[in-house]
Formats: sequence, C-alpha cells, structure tokens
Amino acid sequence: MAKPLPEHPAWLWRDPDPKASYDAIVVGGGGHGLATAYYLAKNHGITNVAVLEKGWLAGGNMARNTTIIRSNYLWDESAAIYEFALRQWEQLPAELDYDFLFSQRGVLNLAHTLQDVREATRRVNANRLNRVDAEWLEPDEVAKICPIVNVSPDVRYPVLGATFQPRAGIAKHDHVAWAFARACDAMGVDIIQNCEVTGFLKDGDRVTGVETTRGNISAGTVGLVAAGHSSVLAEKAGFRLPVQSHPLQALVSELYEPVHPTVVMSNHVHVYVSQAHKGELVMGAGVDAYNGYGQRGSFHVIEHQMAAALELFPIFGRAHLLRTWGGIVDVSPDASPIIGPTPVENLYINCGWGTGGFKATPGAGWAMAHTMATGAPHELNRPFGLERFVTGALIDEHGAAAVAH
Amino acid sequence: MLQLSCPWCGPRDETEYHYGGQAHVPYPEDPSALTDEEWAEYLFFRDNTKGPFAERWAHSAGCRRWFNVVRDTRTYQVLAVYTNSDPRPAVRFGAEAGGPR
Ligand SMILES: Cc1cc2nc3c(=O)[nH]c(=O)nc-3n(C[C@H](O)[C@H](O)[C@H](O)COP(=O)(O)OP(=O)(O)OC[C@H]3O[C@@H](n4cnc5c(N)ncnc54)[C@H](O)[C@@H]3O)c2cc1C
Ligand SMILES: [Zn+2]
Repeated sequence: MAKPLPEHPAWLWRDPDPKASYDAIVVGGGGHGLATAYYLAKNHGITNVAVLEKGWLAGGNMARNTTIIRSNYLWDESAAIYEFALRQWEQLPAELDYDFLFSQRGVLNLAHTLQDVREATRRVNANRLNRVDAEWLEPDEVAKICPIVNVSPDVRYPVLGATFQPRAGIAKHDHVAWAFARACDAMGVDIIQNCEVTGFLKDGDRVTGVETTRGNISAGTVGLVAAGHSSVLAEKAGFRLPVQSHPLQALVSELYEPVHPTVVMSNHVHVYVSQAHKGELVMGAGVDAYNGYGQRGSFHVIEHQMAAALELFPIFGRAHLLRTWGGIVDVSPDASPIIGPTPVENLYINCGWGTGGFKATPGAGWAMAHTMATGAPHELNRPFGLERFVTGALIDEHGAAAVAH
Repeated sequence: MLQLSCPWCGPRDETEYHYGGQAHVPYPEDPSALTDEEWAEYLFFRDNTKGPFAERWAHSAGCRRWFNVVRDTRTYQVLAVYTNSDPRPAVRFGAEAGGPR
C-alpha cells in the first residue's frame, strides 16, 4: 500500500474570495504589489486592501529575476530610493520574521575601458556623497575579493578595475514574496490569485473600482503594480505610459560547490553572475531588443552572455547550463521607474522598473503606499512622476551605467 | 531566435537585423509649433501593443535597408513584412490562430 502523503505544511496566507469593495486595491501580486499592500497596512493603517493577481502569487518577474540588490546608482534621486530600500532589506528579515537568505556578499561592477574607469570613479564619488558605501578597486584587489575573475591583461577586454559595494548582495526572491504575503495576510489584506483585472469602473475621470475575471470590485483607490503589463492596464484605464515591454532572460547552471563569493557585473562584456545558496551559477544580461509579452526571448542573447561569462570566469568552461527563462520587463526611456498619480483620479502607478526593480521592492512599496494613502508622492518618489517626461527632468540612469539590474 | 524575411534579401536570422521599435511614427511637421506635451508624446511615448504590432527592422548585416514587420508580441509570430513605401497591411487581431509558433 502506498504511503499516505505527509500533511500539507501550514499555509502562509488565506485564499479568500473577493469582497464587493475595498478601501484600496493593488493590481499585481509581484514583489512590488505585495510590498505596497504591506506598507498600506503597516504604515498607514489601511487594512481593507486586496491584492489582485491574474496568475499565481509572485509568478511574474518576482520569481524570474537574478535577485541582485545594490544601491550604487549615480543620480541623487536614484541613490535615495535604492539606498532606502537597501536599509529596509537589512532589517526586513527580522521585521517580517522570515529568513529569506539576504546575503550581503558585495557587488563588483567591472570596468574594461578608460571610459568605464572614468564613469566608475565618478559613480564612487557620487555614491559616497550620498552615503552609499562604494570603493574603487584595482585589478589585484578585484582578484582578492573574487579569485575566479580573470584579471589577466591578456584578454580582449581586460579588467581595469571595479567599483565595489560591500553591502550589496542577493536574496531568495520567492521567499521575499511569501514573507510579505504572510505579513499582509496577518494584517487582514486579502490576497486574491487567479483574478485578472480586465477593466476599470469610472465615474467621470475618477476610478471607482475594477472589473475582473471574478466580478466587479469597487475601491476607494487603485494602484497599478503590474510590471510588464502596465501599458496594457493603462490603456484600459484611458492613458498612455512611456514604457516598452521587452523579454529579459536569465539562466542557471547545475549545482556546484561554492566557487563564487560575491556578485560580479560587467556592463561592457555584458553579463552578471552570482552563485545561489543552493549552488547554481545565476547569470543574466540585457533585454532582447524587440518588444515582447511572451516571457521568452531569443537564444543568441543567451549565447552572448555565456560567452561573456566564459571570458571573465575561465573556470566556468565545463559548467553545464541547466535552464533558461524569461520575464517581461517594462523599460522606461531614462531607465528609471515611474511612481505617482496618473491622469485618472484615485488611480496610481508604479512601473518602469525594467530590468532592475527587485532590489527596490521595499522602497517602491513604501513610496507607492504613501502615494495611494495620502494622494501625494513621498519624498522618495516625487522626482519619479509621469510629468518628468513633459518637463524634461529625466533621471537618466541609462548612460549613467551600472544600470542593468 | 526570430527569422525575418528582408524584402530584398529573403529569410535571414534575427542576428543580421537591428530593431527599430514602433513603425509609422512620423517626425512632426513643424516641431517648433508643438506644445511640451506633444513633444513629450513624440519623444517618449510609443504604443506597447500586446498582439499584432507594426514595427521597424533594419537589415544591418545585409542590405542595410529599413523595412516594416507586423509581429504578434504575444507569440512572436511574424504576420506581415512590407517596405516603407507600402501601406500597413490589414492584419486581423488574432490572425495567428493555428499558425506556426
Ligand atoms: C530575468 C530577470 C532578471 C532580473 N534581475 C534583476 C536583478 O538581479 N535585480 C533587480 O533588482 N531586478 C531584477 N529584475 C527586475 C525585477 O524582477 C522587476 O523589476 C520586479 O520584479 C518588478 O516588480 P514586481 O515584482 O512587482 O513584478 P512582477 O512579479 O512581474 O509582478 C507584476 C504582477 O502583475 C500581474 N498582473 C499583470 N497584469 C495583471 C492584471 N491585468 N490583473 C492582475 N494581475 C496582473 C502579473 O501576473 C505579475 O504577477 C530582473 C527581471 C528579470 C525578468
Ligand atoms: Zn536585406
């Protein structure tokens, strides 16, 4: 006789049916949506909240990213929100009472050209002025921190040095989502999966609720936190967003002994690599050039990043690729997020994080919750409103480098 | 990887091409007459269609000419290829049903 299956472990959150009405609805149950609901409840006492997710909880980019967390961005506005998020990461495992393996193993951003070196040293100075930990390392110091990086001058793009942020690191992304979900649920937030928002209920220019595959739900305020599908939802609500949805791919190797002690990123040869706690080498690079909602991309993009990884890490020569996957990332013109009010009253947006929003999860949630609860942006997201595309006050992290992920 | 058929050179791998984003976005006739909102619209706002999308590609490693493609951004299936002097072909939404993926 077959052995009976073990009991299912305790569920981390309830599975409620949607109520007819909520004070606040968050559309999208990824990391940012869950963090938004969490801070609505925790910081603003708004607990009559639903998170509506069309698929399963955190099955979008939240489960697909390469989990790099850092705050060494160039511009003051970016450094402020990413560093705020990093400070939250440092205490969230205790606050949420959940060890999601946040590991501050540091991140190296390699420089391979004179231009890279100049950009990197400028960024180190800018970071220090913003109290973000940052240092410039010469090639021999790079080798001390990460002995498997090839720092020989004898390669196509030699390592001329690197910036190092010791407080940066990685975390286990699905556990982060579960930690937020459990805490939301405990404060009374309804997490409703398999519930796609298909349209908006409006009274003139004001949103009063959402249409979903599980019926209409009214709401005092609605936040769109749908990453790659933000434009699709905005169009249904009657406005346009300056974002384009692209496939972004990543890959892992089979499990290996720990060989890689930190996170290495190279914009120039274009790959970034860390080693997960279980032992997989985790790699990613840039988006596929074309627009796409398919959660998959083209194989030559994978080949390109593997070639870059091999040049940097000769030891990976015998490593085996285990699997590749893709997410849909919402890329904005200045590679900075959009968080704030929309042309529709009581409807707020958090999007445009593109290839690098995991690290910002607590900061984005904090700012978005404040914006939804008070109707006005928080200091952290005031510079990141939609209006910047008209005023021209862009926060151009594209050229400012170290930008990918 | 995608395979696209250049109108002049025939079918080639995606790696021979360069992507150009949304097609049929004309340069404003009188740029200095635009409001800031209209200029923002021209510079930064593009359709981000989920479904058949008219987009530009350049055959940069071949004849170096630009042309247009209608591609379904959900399935990546190419539905039409046409030159810049052709009008946008009518492609029914959902026309890909049953087609190759
Ligand atoms: C391959 C890859 C690697 C990455 N690497 C990094 C990294 O190393 N570091 C980093 O900081 N960032 C990284 N990112 C980016 C990061 O993952 C995203 O910026 C971030 O996850 C976006 O926020 P989210 O978690 O809320 O998104 P998502 O998890 O995508 O959440 C959005 C949710 O909205 C839901 N939704 C969409 N439409 C509807 C609808 N109509 N109704 C209801 N629900 C809807 C979706 O199903 C989805 O679950 C990476 C992304 C990818 C794809
Ligand atoms: Zn050609």
